Amino acid sequence: MCVCSLCVSAPRAAAGVGGGNDFQWCFSQVKGAIDEDVAEADIISTVEFNYSGELLATGDKGGRVVIFQREQESKNRPLSRGEYNVYSTFQSHEPEFDYLKSLEIEEKINKIRWLPQQNAAHFLLSTNDKTIKLWKISERDKRAEGYNLKDEDGRLRDPFRISTLRVPVLMPMDLMVEASPRRIFANAHTYHINSISVNSDHETYLSADDLRINLWHLEITDRSFNIVDIKPANMEELTEVITAAECHPHQCNVFVYSSSKGTIRLCDMRAAALCDRHSKFFEEPEDPSSRSFFSEIISSISDVKFSHSGRYMMTRDYLSVKVWDLNMENRPVETYQVHEYLRSKLCSLYENDCIFDKFECCWNGSDSAIMTGSYNNFFRMFDRNTRRDITLEASRENSKPRATLKPRKVCTGGKRKKDEISVDSLDFNKKILHTAWHPKENVIAVAATNNLYIFQDKMN
Amino acid sequence: MSSDTETLSEQGGETQDPNSNPVKTEEAKLKAKYPNLGQKPGGSDFLMKRLQKGQKYFDSGDYNMAKAKMKNKQLPAATGPEKSIVTGDHIPTPQDLPQRKSSLVTSKLVG
Repeated sequence: MCVCSLCVSAPRAAAGVGGGNDFQWCFSQVKGAIDEDVAEADIISTVEFNYSGELLATGDKGGRVVIFQREQESKNRPLSRGEYNVYSTFQSHEPEFDYLKSLEIEEKINKIRWLPQQNAAHFLLSTNDKTIKLWKISERDKRAEGYNLKDEDGRLRDPFRISTLRVPVLMPMDLMVEASPRRIFANAHTYHINSISVNSDHETYLSADDLRINLWHLEITDRSFNIVDIKPANMEELTEVITAAECHPHQCNVFVYSSSKGTIRLCDMRAAALCDRHSKFFEEPEDPSSRSFFSEIISSISDVKFSHSGRYMMTRDYLSVKVWDLNMENRPVETYQVHEYLRSKLCSLYENDCIFDKFECCWNGSDSAIMTGSYNNFFRMFDRNTRRDITLEASRENSKPRATLKPRKVCTGGKRKKDEISVDSLDFNKKILHTAWHPKENVIAVAATNNLYIFQDKMN
Repeated sequence: MSSDTETLSEQGGETQDPNSNPVKTEEAKLKAKYPNLGQKPGGSDFLMKRLQKGQKYFDSGDYNMAKAKMKNKQLPAATGPEKSIVTGDHIPTPQDLPQRKSSLVTSKLVG
């Protein structure tokens, strides 16, 4: 019997402006190229705010990380209040080839997770399919001048010509932001890494691939503990893979992982070293009469996220988002339909592989609202209190500064109203898989293929 | 007794009726197009394919031997969408493998 005290609810994060009121989302910024021809490397594969929301990181298929920093509000530039501008960019991962296994390893950044800030530098973990790296991003705004043995341009001075000794002085210089890899956590995953999650103890983190989950210490790269292993003895018996995993936001002994069968397991690391046996098992019973060829595929969970409070978790499957109370395993407490109209398109979505698209989901800072992406560059928001939902679009047409976004509607029936779009006209190549919500304010980042959109609530 | 189990399943999460018809239609469409599609829906085959992502088959020894045997003839190239899963008699050629190039260009998200 699990004794973890999940009933204790942590204090809620400070409510963002408009908690309970309707949001009025306005366009703020868009980053990326406009041209129609999208290079594969430019496709954004992950978006993540840091703990304060001051920094916003993106990773792409080309293995690059770009970090944006929010401008401080200043009287001099009132119009750029709260804008995100480039802070640092670096090549995190390179493509590799494992000759032993004849395996091509993509450089695509699957996930970025920030570490809580402990000093002037910022740290983040970035991962591709096989290797996790800890990056340090630090500022340099001073440089030493007046060396004895070398000139200002670096040329060595002739030691015999030096007649006096001087002490180098620190002089201000233009801000330089440097990113350096501090740790490389490699060779611990046979299968493809889908998740990383920093633990609340700020010392450890977990990494999950299709069949295993490992626990690492941030300081130690040559060792990791395997805490979940669902690989069957006979691979022919494989029925289920791990799709996502996350550490509990407050209880460093608790984590969850989701599966391709639509189930979530909560594990307690105090109970056993190997958490193959779960402490809690979350599954919504399926109506047997609605079972079809597609059932299992669309029930596969593509993302799992704890609420900031730690009391709830949210899962995303192909057609819906579900909110679960950690105290209730037999069904979710809330279910939100993202794009139910796709149910009548499952055949073609299976043929073009869209049915396997992995959408992510996120909470707002106060856990009162949730957001997830869809097709045609649409994204959806659900207010948990009012039960109202809205569909918005990330597009260049709606990109006038501070223009309010107009709600979009997909028409399913015969008669299409003006401004509605029919299901058959949806562009399934324009998918919004990755979105992020500022931890404290109503600012959201939406990745639309190779473009990053930033929207703000008018009342912000 | 049977009514009890029915109630239990009705309480299940899946929203009923208006949705099960379109899905069954879709399933019938798929079965009509691909009659041999896996007995086990969404089962092992699909998972195995997921686990094998990235697997490339290229053996320079095999390739060179095959080239020597064929002399001037062209080696058959892999066709179709399943380029990555090449097994059997076909010897993969360097042309079958996509070129790997490391990204030296700065991301377009930067200014």
